[in-house]
Amino acid sequence: MLADVTDRQWLWCAAGFYTAGLVLGTVSLLRRKRASGLLISCAILIGYLLQWVGLGIRGHATGGCPLGNRFEIVQFTAWSAITLYLVVGVTFRSSLLGYFTSCLGAALTLVSLSIPEWDAVLRTHIFGGNPWIELHAALAIFSYGVFGLLALTSALFLLRHFSLKSKHVGGWYSFLPSILDLDHIEVRLLGTGLALLTLALLFGSVYWSRDTATVGHAKLAATIAVWVAAVLAFSLRAMGRLLARRFAWTCLALFAAALLSLQAVDQSRHPGAVASERTAP
Amino acid sequence: MSEPCLFVLGATHHRAPLEVRERLALESESALRTDLAPVSGLLELAILNTCNRVEFYGVGADASAVEAVQAAYCARQKFDTAEFERIRIRLTGRDAALHLFEVASGLDSQLLGENEIFGQVKDAYAVAQTCGSTGAVLNRVFQKAFQAAKHVRTHTGIAAGTVSVANVAVDLAANIFGNLSQARVLVLGTGEIGGATARAFASRGAAHLSVTSRRGEKASEIASALGAAMVPFEERNGLLADYDVVVSSTSAPAPILTAASVAASMKRRPARPLLLIDQAMPRDIESAAADLQNVFLYNLDDLAKIAETNRSARLAEVARCRVMLAERADGLWVQLRRSFDAPAEARTQADGSNPAAGHATAP
Repeated sequence: MLADVTDRQWLWCAAGFYTAGLVLGTVSLLRRKRASGLLISCAILIGYLLQWVGLGIRGHATGGCPLGNRFEIVQFTAWSAITLYLVVGVTFRSSLLGYFTSCLGAALTLVSLSIPEWDAVLRTHIFGGNPWIELHAALAIFSYGVFGLLALTSALFLLRHFSLKSKHVGGWYSFLPSILDLDHIEVRLLGTGLALLTLALLFGSVYWSRDTATVGHAKLAATIAVWVAAVLAFSLRAMGRLLARRFAWTCLALFAAALLSLQAVDQSRHPGAVASERTAP
Repeated sequence: MSEPCLFVLGATHHRAPLEVRERLALESESALRTDLAPVSGLLELAILNTCNRVEFYGVGADASAVEAVQAAYCARQKFDTAEFERIRIRLTGRDAALHLFEVASGLDSQLLGENEIFGQVKDAYAVAQTCGSTGAVLNRVFQKAFQAAKHVRTHTGIAAGTVSVANVAVDLAANIFGNLSQARVLVLGTGEIGGATARAFASRGAAHLSVTSRRGEKASEIASALGAAMVPFEERNGLLADYDVVVSSTSAPAPILTAASVAASMKRRPARPLLLIDQAMPRDIESAAADLQNVFLYNLDDLAKIAETNRSARLAEVARCRVMLAERADGLWVQLRRSFDAPAEARTQADGSNPAAGHATAP
C-alpha cells in the first residue's frame, strides 16, 4: 500500500508535520508558555523523514538529486535547512529555533506544493550522468538551506535585540536565547554556508571551465553574486565592521538573495536533461 | 476514640510584624521538643522556622494537642498567649494540608513565588524525620506538598521572572551573555543596592568581579567579602573596555560615565555587547550611551518596571495555583480520612510514648 503513495503525497505529509510543529509552537507562545522543544523536534523529525522519502522517490524517478524544477529546488532547500537544524540545532538549546525552523519548513514546503506550475515540468537526468555536477548542485542548494537557518537565527537576534533595547524582556521574549549566543551561531552558520557554497562553486567551476557554454550567464552571475555577498558579510564581520543588527539584517538579505537566485538557477539546465510535462502533479 | 487531628499552628509575616516575629523566632527547636515530650496526645510534629514564619505542623490524638503545643511554645518564648492568639494561624484537617501546599509553593511567601521556602520546608521535614517525629500522616502530607509545589512551579508562571531589582539586573546580563561564567562585571560605588547587585552576580557565577569607589575602604570591604578585585576609581574609563557588565550606584551629583567614554571603550571591543546598569539617583551614566551599537543601558526605573511586571505576572497566576493546590489538598484529605477510618492500632502508640517529641539532641 505504501508503494502506491506518490512523492508529492509524502511531501504533503511532511508539510503537515512541519505545520504541526508551527501550530504547537504558536499555541505555546500565545499562552505565554515555553514551546515544548521535544514535541516540536519530534514533529520536525517526522516531517523530515517523510520529506526524505518523498524526495528519494522523486530522485529515483529523475535519475539524480531532485533539483530539476523550482518545486524540487525549494523542497531540497527546506530539507537542507532542516537537516542542519537536526544535526546542530539541538546544541543551540533554543526551543524557539525549533519553532522557527518548523515555520521555515512549513512555509517552503507548503508554498512549493501549492503552486502546481513550479512542478509542471519533470526533468530527468539533469546532471548528464556527471556525479561532480550533481555534487556541485546538491552542495549549492544545501548551502542555501544553511542560509535559511542563518536567516532564522538572524530573525531571533533582531527580536532579542529589539526586546533588550526597548526594555521589554518578559513574555515570550524570555524564551529567546541570549544575544551573544545568537551572534555566535550566526557567525558559525554563515561560515558553514559560505564554505559549502565555495566548495560547490569549486566543483562547478571545473565543469564550467571545460565547456563555458553549458552554464547560462544569469545563473553564473546570480550564483557568484550570492557567493560574493556571503564572502563580504563574513569578512566584514570578522573585521568587526558589520556587527549586531546590521549583520543580522545582512544575513536575512543574503537568504533572500539566495532564494531569488534560484530563478536563474532553475532556468539554466544541462543540455542532456529530458523534460516532460507532469500530468498529475 | 476520636480521629487524629492534622493541624498547623504558628505565626507568619501576614499578621506578625518583624518585631513580633523576632520575639517568636525559635532559638532551639530541640528544647521545645523536650518541652513537648510529656504531651501524650501529640502523635507527629514538624517545625518550620524561618525569618517570616514559625509554624508547627502536627498530628494530635485529638484537638487538645494543638492547645498543648501553643502553651509549650508561648511558655518557651515567654510570649503572652492571648497576644499569640490574636496573630496566630490555626488550621486543621484539609485546610492545614492546603496551607502547607501553599507555603511550599511560595504562594504564602512575602516575596510571592520565591523558591527558597521550598528548601526550607524540605529541611524542616528532614529534621522532623531525623527526630523520628513524623508518621504516616505527616509523611504523606509533606510528600504531597512537595509534589504539589513542583507541579505549580512547572505548570504556572508563579515562579517566572525575578522580582528583585538586583536579580533583574543579573537576568538582563543572562539575556545578553547567556552563561555568566564568561562575563566580567565592574561595580562602581558601594551603595546598598549596588552591593546587592554585586552579590547577585557573584552568586550566579560571574567570571570576574571588580569593585571601585571613591571610598576605597568601603570598596575594599565589599571586594574582600565577594572575592572581587579592587580597581582605582580614577581609571574607570580606561578599564571600561575590559568589562561586559558595569553596575553603577554612586552618589555622584553628575554622570561619572559619559557616552563618549563608553563609545571609546566600544571601539576596543565592538563585537562584544556591553550592559550598563545605572542604579544611581541622580544617574551615573549619560543616557545617550543607550544609542550606541551593542550597548544596553538600564536605569533604576527600568529595572523596577521589569521587576513590577514580573510580580504582576506572578500575582495573575495566584488564583490558578490556588485552584490546583485546593484540588490536590481535597484529594489528599479524602485519602487521609480513609486511612483514619482504618484500625486505630495502626496509627496510635500503644505504649503512650510521644514520638512527636523526637530526640532531644536533634537540631
